[in-house]
Amino acid sequence: MYLYNLTLQRTTGVVCAVIGSFSGRDSKKSSATAPGSSTQEIAVARGSTLELLRHDPDTGRFHTMLSVDVFGAIRSLAQFRLPGATKDYLVVGSDSGRLVILEYSPDRNRFDKVHQETFGKSCCRRTVPGQLLAVDPKGRALCIAALEKQKLVYVLNRDAAARLTISSPLEAHKSNTITFSLTALDCGFGNPIFAAIELEYAESDRDPTGQAADQAQKYLTFYELDLGLNHVSRKASEPIDNGANLLVTVPGGADGPSGLLVCCENFVLYRNQGHPEVLAVIPRRADLPAERGVLIVAAATHRQKDKFFFLLQTEYGDIFKVDLEHNGGTVTELRIKYFDTIPVTSAICVLQSGFLFAASEFGNHALYQFRYLGQDVDVESSSATLMETEEGFHPVFFQPRALKNILCINEIESLMPIMDMCVANLFDEETPQVFTACGRGSRSTLRILRPGLAISEMARSMLPAEPIAVWAVKKNINYMFDAYIVVSFANVTLVLSIGETIEEVSDSQFLGTTHSLAVSLLGENSLMQVHPNGIRHIREDGRVNEWRTPGKKTITKVGSNQLQVVIALSGEELIYFEMEMTGQLMEVEKQDMSGDVACLAIAPVPEGRQRSRFLAVGSYDNTIRILSLDPDDCLQPLSVQSVSSAPESLMFLEVQASVGGEDGADHPANLFLNAGLRNGVLFRTNVDMVTGQLSDTRSRFLGPRPPTLFPCIISHRQAMLCLSNRPWLGYMHQGHFRLTPLSCDTLESAASFSSDQCTEGVVAVAGGALRIFTIERLGETFNETAIPLRYTPRKFVILPKKKYLAVIESDKGALSAEEREAAKECFEASGAVENGNSKMQNGDGLEEGGEESNTLSDEQYGYPKAESERWVSCIRILDPRSRDTTCLLELQDNEAAVSICMVNFHDKEHGTLLAVGTAKGLQFWPKRNLSAGFIYIYKFVDEGRSLELLHKTQVEEVPLALCQFQGRLLAGVGSVLRLYDLGKRKLLRKCENKLFPRTIVSIHTYRDRIYVGDMQESFHYCKYRQDENQLYIFADDGVPRWLTAANHIDFDTMAGADKFGNIYFARLPKDVSDEIEEDPTGGEIKWEQGKLNGAPNRIVEIAQFHVGDVVTCLQKASLIPGGGECLIYGTVMGSVGALLAFNCREDVDFFSHLEMHLRQEHPPLSGRDHMEYRSSYFPVKDVIDGDLCEQFTSIPADTQRKIADELDRTPGEILKKLEDIRNKII
Amino acid sequence: MQASDRFNINSQLEHLQAKYVGTGHADLTRFEWAVNIQRDSYASYIGHSPMLAYFSIAENESIGRERYNFMQKMLLPCGLPPERDED
Repeated sequence: MYLYNLTLQRTTGVVCAVIGSFSGRDSKKSSATAPGSSTQEIAVARGSTLELLRHDPDTGRFHTMLSVDVFGAIRSLAQFRLPGATKDYLVVGSDSGRLVILEYSPDRNRFDKVHQETFGKSCCRRTVPGQLLAVDPKGRALCIAALEKQKLVYVLNRDAAARLTISSPLEAHKSNTITFSLTALDCGFGNPIFAAIELEYAESDRDPTGQAADQAQKYLTFYELDLGLNHVSRKASEPIDNGANLLVTVPGGADGPSGLLVCCENFVLYRNQGHPEVLAVIPRRADLPAERGVLIVAAATHRQKDKFFFLLQTEYGDIFKVDLEHNGGTVTELRIKYFDTIPVTSAICVLQSGFLFAASEFGNHALYQFRYLGQDVDVESSSATLMETEEGFHPVFFQPRALKNILCINEIESLMPIMDMCVANLFDEETPQVFTACGRGSRSTLRILRPGLAISEMARSMLPAEPIAVWAVKKNINYMFDAYIVVSFANVTLVLSIGETIEEVSDSQFLGTTHSLAVSLLGENSLMQVHPNGIRHIREDGRVNEWRTPGKKTITKVGSNQLQVVIALSGEELIYFEMEMTGQLMEVEKQDMSGDVACLAIAPVPEGRQRSRFLAVGSYDNTIRILSLDPDDCLQPLSVQSVSSAPESLMFLEVQASVGGEDGADHPANLFLNAGLRNGVLFRTNVDMVTGQLSDTRSRFLGPRPPTLFPCIISHRQAMLCLSNRPWLGYMHQGHFRLTPLSCDTLESAASFSSDQCTEGVVAVAGGALRIFTIERLGETFNETAIPLRYTPRKFVILPKKKYLAVIESDKGALSAEEREAAKECFEASGAVENGNSKMQNGDGLEEGGEESNTLSDEQYGYPKAESERWVSCIRILDPRSRDTTCLLELQDNEAAVSICMVNFHDKEHGTLLAVGTAKGLQFWPKRNLSAGFIYIYKFVDEGRSLELLHKTQVEEVPLALCQFQGRLLAGVGSVLRLYDLGKRKLLRKCENKLFPRTIVSIHTYRDRIYVGDMQESFHYCKYRQDENQLYIFADDGVPRWLTAANHIDFDTMAGADKFGNIYFARLPKDVSDEIEEDPTGGEIKWEQGKLNGAPNRIVEIAQFHVGDVVTCLQKASLIPGGGECLIYGTVMGSVGALLAFNCREDVDFFSHLEMHLRQEHPPLSGRDHMEYRSSYFPVKDVIDGDLCEQFTSIPADTQRKIADELDRTPGEILKKLEDIRNKII
Repeated sequence: MQASDRFNINSQLEHLQAKYVGTGHADLTRFEWAVNIQRDSYASYIGHSPMLAYFSIAENESIGRERYNFMQKMLLPCGLPPERDED
């Protein structure tokens, strides 16, 4: 079996982000920022994906300029600029054992590797640099460090041609030392200095009394790079608070005092060489348990011309503004002021334009706008008012409040972390939906992902009858917006004028008493309406020219562009009109066709030309003909294409030439002929712009309904709407043509629409309604709807008949709902006195209307922290259609729900029951420990909307896995597999097997086989013998796998994922399987003998692949109707991928060769070897990486040709193959 | 040191041990071995961001806190070293 791995939704979580001017472009909006300043972009590392985001001030959204998979774990990013340059470079620290410096090329929209310096082995090792990165603010040197021992300093310079040069590395190693944080000091043009928080462990390792460990001291060490001597020296090493974890550079030179902010647990210090320490305590949340510290996890510096400040975020989400009072080189005061509270981030960036980008560690990222810079009075702690008591420094307390200084203006969706996933078609739509349980704590959601683009509806109005077609037309080609919407019904035409409102008009000169076949703008400023009996040409001055059909003939089909019109008459006749210079529509040519015309289309007029040369005619004899429209060979055939079924609709799509740029790769101008065929296939072929020859045909099945094609405009480019059972959009995105479904029901007819309120929309008719909508988030695979949950979702199941979801949620270290309520009331009762700063009471809205502003939304602020051994949990029944929670049971007494399953017992008295496994008082450290485990059995009442407890059964360990088996319940209780039957008062033990190595985390059953997944030891295949009432293991895996997800594939095969980011397939060899099935004892005798301390048989790995992300859920499903089943996986970092099994050897050969060539010709950006990366833990086996193969589309054309030559194909054929296989998955 | 010594297996091992922290040797104690394994594991957890996220979900802590905790644990990952035998 060979598999093809394809990421469907790229990682949505963020590991680190840096802001810089990577494109080096001047800002267009010079009014907003200082003139001459360049636009800022944010480089974001999302696991193994590197992205470049730009904030679009017009829409307020972030726009992904580039997203590239680097096939390596990105651990750190830094940006630097050479003195005098206008463009920033990006430094990437990854697990490749290499330092990579990238330059963004805005012309080609890609990252170019400027330097790649190898310094060590690959992988995340503790002594190989890559984890920490610091660059001198003047861009003269950079330091890359490992967690332990190694630090390497590279000198950056430029050569005569102004190219970046990099020196060989200078070592600043120190053995037995752990580095917590690294940064560079801003010391102007003096020698570059790097500072690190270091902790030495050599002594503690040797001292059995523990004294050395107690006295272990962190040091702040300064490393100076002497540029003259080309040497790094350890200049000074000063003891520092033992809670230090993060360093932030303080601006120096003319801008500030230089030096560092050292963030420690509970404190922030200012330090510099030869400067006394300035210390301030971080204000504490009033409700924080005493045992907890306050740690800064993210920091950003904002610099203006005359001042600077820092924003520091704590692990609870509170942001503090830190100011320094300085005089010359001395800092006299350090102030920490409460700023605002936003969800905890992994990185925050301040944009020059007054925005704050917050990359949340879990859940959606957000963009905030600064309203104030925190000048108002607020809770503040300062080094000047330090209170020292016997127990240490006394902190200032505060209560988080509603946002005051910043305003959330946009969110970027993130699925991180996906905890569980299920693919099912609960809404009876054409394609199944992906249900994902995402998020953590108070920001948990259940998200419903649908393949396709999201639409946002702007307007919907009902029409008097069922319309059949709609158009939107401008009055003049130079106008920005459309003037009329024309709706055609079966025998009337309705004209709506677009203004402040959309209303019916009768003075438009359009003929209203018949239905219309086409309405369009003709020439520069006249309108045309084609109706069955003629063509009505409405001139700008209101004159109407009417061309009538001869005799009793009627017009059946029309094709037109801006200057040309062709009609088909009922008598198999084709008449061609052209617009003359005078603005008159003149008949040019007539021709009898051999058969009825099914559809017509004229290509758009090429720029600077008078007419287009191509007319496409679709006939019922399953052919499409291209006819010439040139005067000398008018209506003469140029080429013929036969298709699989009669064409219903034709459209030419012109792709403008692109020479790269931000949105596109290089591609020449192209003309595509698209045809919607009667059998539901969309057929696309390339039309040679000179000869009209057709080549490179692609076809794709869109749905049983024949697709009808309509032109539209998407991001200023021509695009195509294909209306089949659901609408599809064909558009160019980052240089590639994409055909993506829209998440919307069937449409009858559609047209591009532009008005004041909606510049790039679509007007469509469906049923009896007129709808106007816009299409959003181009380039995305899924669109999502979110339903909020209370706690971190752990697992969920679908109630098959009712189509409800049962979700279990649990959180560690949080207060239960009642306690939270009580605490809130208590806080409200006491007002803001608790705040420790009485001035707060004068803050706006705290006294009056305080109810609202004080009721903190948990989503924003997170749940208050409780002692870490406390658990809260709930069981929820959710109706995904109405998004209502029909039942919510909050577990009491420190219990956490850990497993869930639906079960039908033999005894059918209660019907389907819900089993939930819980653990009470669960603790992980130092060893897993709990006071009791329970299995609850719930009965569904109120038609499945609600739950009623039948009974609960105590078990001795954590019941992490539950599964129905032959009318009984199988439970994995710790390391015991046990079979339960339903009793009156509790579950009754029937049989058990205690021979599992660690902890059972998954159980799947098929016929009489039971597939058990162990937390550390992979799969065990078991059988149950009814006559002897015995459970026994007949096969296990020889490889230790820390299982995080499992799925049953077939009788002999399981798919699993481990904690280290691998997916694998394990199969029991065929002969062994047969032997067991034929053996009358079912291999039991052999089992008693065992082999090498394990089961008598071994399952073998048949496929193995490193995803690079912890896979939390696996499911075998098909995402498209009629598509093959693939294995869908979701990961902690919020990505969704699929593994598709190849069904022919030829494809396997092709893709493995393509992969091989790409590995060679297009090595990954991070400097990691692709094969090595995919084999990080186990050698990759029989899985071809589609993500790498798809990079073929983005490599330069000559490399493409080179690879294609090696494969004996053309680049076009390869692209088609890639497209085909993608279409098999989604 | 003689030229021939440079190539014998012992000096090569010594070189490796100096260069790569955690390289084992014949006299490695169980404790030293465990400490190396633990430190390597923590470094790996910190380096692989999905793993760090996975832990922080389990512990319901922020990722930054989890990273800090792991770094702190690198100091004494296996508790105090055992008393050494005098000989």
